[in-house]
Amino acid sequence: MSDPDAVEARHVVKAFGQGEVAVRALDDVSVGIRRGEFFTLLGPSGCGKTTLLRLIAGFEAPSSGAILLDGRDITALPPNRRPINTVFQSYALFPHLTVAENVGFGLRMQGKPRTEIETVTARMLALVRLEALAKRKVAQLSGGQQQRVALARALAPQPRVLLLGEPLSALDLKLRKEMQIELKRLQHETGITFVFVTHDQEEALTMSDRIGVMSAGRILQIGPPREIYTRPANRFVASFIGETNFLPARHAGGRVTLDAGGELTVEGGPEGRVTVAVRPEQVRLVAPDEPGALPATIRDLVYFGTDTHCHLALADGTEVVARLQSSASGDPGLEPGQPAGLRFAPGAVQLLGD
Amino acid sequence: MGKSFDVTSLPGVPFVAGLAFLALYAPIFTLVAYSFNDANAISIWGGFSFRWYEAAWANREVQAATARSLVIAASASVIATSAATMAALGTTRRGAFRGQTFIYVAINQPLMVPEIVTAVALLIVFATVKVATGYAGLGYLILAHSAFCIPFAYLPIRARLEGMDLSLETAAADLYANPWQTFRHVTLPLMAPGIVAGAMLAFVISLDDVVITEFVKSAGQDTLPTYMLGQMRRAITPEVNAISTALLGLTVALLTVFFLLTRKRE
Repeated sequence: MSDPDAVEARHVVKAFGQGEVAVRALDDVSVGIRRGEFFTLLGPSGCGKTTLLRLIAGFEAPSSGAILLDGRDITALPPNRRPINTVFQSYALFPHLTVAENVGFGLRMQGKPRTEIETVTARMLALVRLEALAKRKVAQLSGGQQQRVALARALAPQPRVLLLGEPLSALDLKLRKEMQIELKRLQHETGITFVFVTHDQEEALTMSDRIGVMSAGRILQIGPPREIYTRPANRFVASFIGETNFLPARHAGGRVTLDAGGELTVEGGPEGRVTVAVRPEQVRLVAPDEPGALPATIRDLVYFGTDTHCHLALADGTEVVARLQSSASGDPGLEPGQPAGLRFAPGAVQLLGD
Repeated sequence: MGKSFDVTSLPGVPFVAGLAFLALYAPIFTLVAYSFNDANAISIWGGFSFRWYEAAWANREVQAATARSLVIAASASVIATSAATMAALGTTRRGAFRGQTFIYVAINQPLMVPEIVTAVALLIVFATVKVATGYAGLGYLILAHSAFCIPFAYLPIRARLEGMDLSLETAAADLYANPWQTFRHVTLPLMAPGIVAGAMLAFVISLDDVVITEFVKSAGQDTLPTYMLGQMRRAITPEVNAISTALLGLTVALLTVFFLLTRKRE
């Protein structure tokens, strides 16, 4: 066997309440997070991603199942005995302590000697570029600065795993972009395994080595961003991450017959009733009379700057969106009401079982 | 139009408000003014003087009663605040539990049971204990004061704990603090203003008590308020005004500190 995973959840169930009113926040979740990786739990609010994070940190105990750290079962350990630190969504900085005291808190609780606490605190403050603010109280800092203190505080004890619970959600867009880059840099420099929670698909795609997509207490798909985006495992993943056209169809032996009329050839995929999933940027507009093209009518054109979204209707009224890259003039040369032919880029069609 | 209804625009509102403030403060100002009265009578002005302050200061009985009051108030506020701190932690640092409302009501008993009832009850119980043990010291008063001061200490401490961000304690646990360290380094420093405020309030409440003290005290155990009550039964001199004013000054000072500690930040 190779190295054990940095963190592993095995058949974890977390139920809140009892009996008939019990709600399963996590429903048999298993996931392995590799050492040194930037792993993101992505899902809408209420999907269980934060609950999973709290179980890994030890703030809550699973109803059943186990949490492992480097192959060792830590399910029964309280949070203060797990070498795992958290960056909280609200930062949870200690208001009665200075920036430096906040950063040194973990080491102090571990009973480390004063000189070590001072050296590590100074190094951490340098890492997040806050040396100048060491003596300030945290209430005097801006949101972005508090965020950095929270990061430095969680990194100072050099945890095996760093958990980040939607820490960027309170920041404005520009600061959030900066912190995304900052987080990647910190992860690269420290080599610590990061487990990041977000509901922002773009954030997940740009930052992660791998993503676990969650919905209703389950992990639906785990994979690198590219794979999650191009090969979504099901309709939820396809619609939650990016935009997707869904076309009901029937599949038999490589031939897909769309309910709206027209045929496609595919390789593999489930047979019988299926849903054809195509990303808008993989839809091409061609001449309406081109052989094999799906006949459609242009309904609407929405200009987005870098590209234009062209809303079309198939023969039976099913809506399809095509994303067309803007030309130099920005004018696609199309008009609502115009007939058009549709083609899907080869290999871009995904069949999802119903 | 468009402005919200302004109650002060009603006729008579300023007049009623003025009357209410007059009723609240006029007697106090009169008391304070007459404490500087040079005359022997309490209601005839005879010129400005500090003579009653000097008289009270030199009065052995006043000195003894003041010392007794301070000892009782200090002991009672320490005991009541300790109990209240534990009660506040016990009622806020856990999930909702069966009988929660009942516990709140039970802790606040002294705010609801008529004081005279408690006083009579204590008199009867302590009388029995005195006969059985032969002990007749200040312990009875300290115990009684501690008990009725608990809710006054409890309320500000509980308010402080309820306003505290619970994720701070979670963060401490996350950063390797065991439960004791979390309490010592996070919970306690953050609740400290509430504890000090509770202690101040308890001190003031104890200092001011007459009814229970009057019933519980043994012979020669007058506190400042019961001494003053005793004086009123005999010859009333402006000395009582002077003592009252001094007591008022101390109370206002303590309550100012209490206010500063409990007001909202930001």
